[in-house]
Amino acid sequence: MKTFNLGGVHPEENKLSGNSPIKVCSIPTTVSIPLAQNLGAASVPIVAKGEKVKVGQLIAKGEAFISSNIHSSVSGTVLKIDDIMDASGYRKKAIIINVEGDEWLEEIDRSADIKREISYNKGEIVSIVKDSGVVGLGGATFPTQVKLMVPEGKKAEYLIINGVECEPYLTSDHRLMLEKGEELLIGISILMKALDVSKALIGIENNKQDAIANLKKLAVNYKGIEVHELQVKYPQGGEKQLIKALINREVPSGKLPIEVGCVVNNVGTAFAVYEAVQKKKPLIERVVTITGKTVKNPSNYMVRIGTPLSFLLSEADSMPEGTGKVINGGPMMGKALTTLEIPVVKGMSGVVIMPEGEAKRPNAYNCIRCGKCISACPMGLEPYLIALMSEQNKFESCEGERVMDCMECGSCSFTCPSGRPLLDMIRVSKNKVSQIIRLRSNK
Amino acid sequence: MSNVFVVSGSPHVHGDYSVKKIMWGVVLALVPAMLVSFWYFGIGAISITLVAVSSCLFFEYVIQKYFLKQEVTVSDGSAVITGVLLAFNVPSNLPIWMMIIGSFVAIVIAKMSYGGLGKNPFNPALIGRVFLLIAFPVDMTSWPLPIVNRTVLCDAVTGPTSLGILKEGISKGESVSTLASNLPAYTDLFIGNMGGSLGEVSAIALIIGGLYMLFKKIITWHIPVSYILTVFVFTGILNLVNPEIYIDPVFHLLTGGLMLGAIFMATDMVTSPMSYKGMLVFGIGCGVLTALIRIWGAYPEGVSFAILIMNTTVPLINKGFKPKQFGEVNK
Ligand code: SF4
Ligand code: SF4
Repeated sequence: MKTFNLGGVHPEENKLSGNSPIKVCSIPTTVSIPLAQNLGAASVPIVAKGEKVKVGQLIAKGEAFISSNIHSSVSGTVLKIDDIMDASGYRKKAIIINVEGDEWLEEIDRSADIKREISYNKGEIVSIVKDSGVVGLGGATFPTQVKLMVPEGKKAEYLIINGVECEPYLTSDHRLMLEKGEELLIGISILMKALDVSKALIGIENNKQDAIANLKKLAVNYKGIEVHELQVKYPQGGEKQLIKALINREVPSGKLPIEVGCVVNNVGTAFAVYEAVQKKKPLIERVVTITGKTVKNPSNYMVRIGTPLSFLLSEADSMPEGTGKVINGGPMMGKALTTLEIPVVKGMSGVVIMPEGEAKRPNAYNCIRCGKCISACPMGLEPYLIALMSEQNKFESCEGERVMDCMECGSCSFTCPSGRPLLDMIRVSKNKVSQIIRLRSNK
Repeated sequence: MSNVFVVSGSPHVHGDYSVKKIMWGVVLALVPAMLVSFWYFGIGAISITLVAVSSCLFFEYVIQKYFLKQEVTVSDGSAVITGVLLAFNVPSNLPIWMMIIGSFVAIVIAKMSYGGLGKNPFNPALIGRVFLLIAFPVDMTSWPLPIVNRTVLCDAVTGPTSLGILKEGISKGESVSTLASNLPAYTDLFIGNMGGSLGEVSAIALIIGGLYMLFKKIITWHIPVSYILTVFVFTGILNLVNPEIYIDPVFHLLTGGLMLGAIFMATDMVTSPMSYKGMLVFGIGCGVLTALIRIWGAYPEGVSFAILIMNTTVPLINKGFKPKQFGEVNK
């Protein structure tokens, strides 16, 4: 069975919510919709305090090239545009809306009918995707329309669809593949048309047999879409690792997948594209997994963007006693939250609740030079060495060791028997090195 | 519900690995050879092993607690390994006080003075052994014969090691075929029925331990295989050239602590290279040096010196032989 060859680890899967169907989370009384929800420039608000909005109405525009539109996820009145705490731990601008009813824009098709026929051409698809505010829902939140515009001189051969969900615990993509298989495949066909490619490969790890079977069965009716079963190995959901696993090509250091003829999108993104193009529904909600070993009912929720996390958690009845850590995202790459008073955003695929006992890190001891971090690193770096250089402030040497190739997958820290916080030190070094690079190019 | 959460960088889960697990895994892997040494050398072996292990633990504890004033980590098992390996490298009738000095050198000088586990450039047990060899050459090279000495602590009936017999004989101009009658049979060599230091005698017990470590992913195959193969090929070629002076390669593999060195000493993760390529280079280097010292050097046995010499090259090897990087091939 296929997988990537370099590095990788096997964290405990803990897919506790894999069998729990997607439930619809109710609508809170206010939502806070942050303006910075995508990679790149923040969006610019186009509504004012006191203005009435409907579900799906454009409320902020992505003006820069790498930026994205934002739509209201509820109907009601704009209370204010103010700084709030978001998942990053910093205060950032958000549009705060008081909810009144649930009135949608007329043109949005809210029926459950599946619309198969694709009536738009390439350019139209790209502009609908752009207008609808679709971003990469795997967590990177890169504006999707930018990925669909293949740069001059490059050619896309394959559309790669990421259904790997290699992070432990998270199951939102898994559920989508099971419950929205048909929509997903139409979404993929739309992306293929936009990219002008004849082949799309969906990569799914073999711990999701039901999803593989479901999509394989459905894919028979879709030309050019293949479902590939992959061996379970973290971080297979990394773009470069997934491409390597599926078509055995290596994206060169510092380059994008298009260099080897690929464009990678997440299954959640493909579903959002379906809704945007076929149903005229902008990206106003997403699937979020609420899970953890102490959580009573680990589940998956369809949540409106801007819903306070505390609201979602109380709806899920998932704030058990003795919680020590709340993670936005999976346990390998997610971010520990300081507070629950943050809104659900486009990039939030799940929240993992950890009890106090698991929240602490292991004690750190001397590096015993066992080399396990090297064998774990999917990029073939030497984490122990970069961490050491970083501690000694030798950032130029870090650059030489290709620290910027580090994808922050955490495999090195995960694996280190001495419990060394390797990735912490590597992150410091990445920050410094990117400063150095910036300074150099400014000269 | 408290709202004070632990905030730390990812990853938020940790694998099931720890220094303790690795080190105690090595200790477990040493048990078969230890039992064999108890069987052949009896009470002498038991007391030497106990003394070595307890003095290593004691020295490490005292240094960490009273001199470095840091967290005491003797329970991680690394000092136990050093103790057992040091005991494995001496004859069973070595006076106890010499053993204590050897343990002192291994732990205090070769390990703790560099900053403890992970920072030492040389294998501590080997430094301890080489120190003893140079300081007490007579006691370190009178080897009790197996079985007959089970119940004696000192004053054992001693004889030379197989490699010693060979080196003596060859230097006196005798030929391999005439010496062969004085040497133990290969089956004896394989199970360990020969004179020698505690842990070096039984190839089979050492190999079992090695396979266990491979299975538990404590070591990889690169160093032991490249080391042993190199010695085999090197001595094999010489044997083909002139079998009267150069004994066959199987003899070299089964004697002189080659298995002990290749499986347990050269693979010490602290003092061996990091990348697979580097490990192969290291193993080959150890093999070549071992064969050179054995055949043309002053000592009959070359494993300790070979590994220590190669230890010094590790930083260089780490610089020169990097792991394969992603995105390297398709340029
Ligand atoms: S976090 Fe970076 S250095 Fe560590 S294993 Fe992942 S890619 Fe390698
Ligand atoms: S895994 Fe940890 S102990 Fe092993 S080499 Fe890497 S940093 Fe050192």
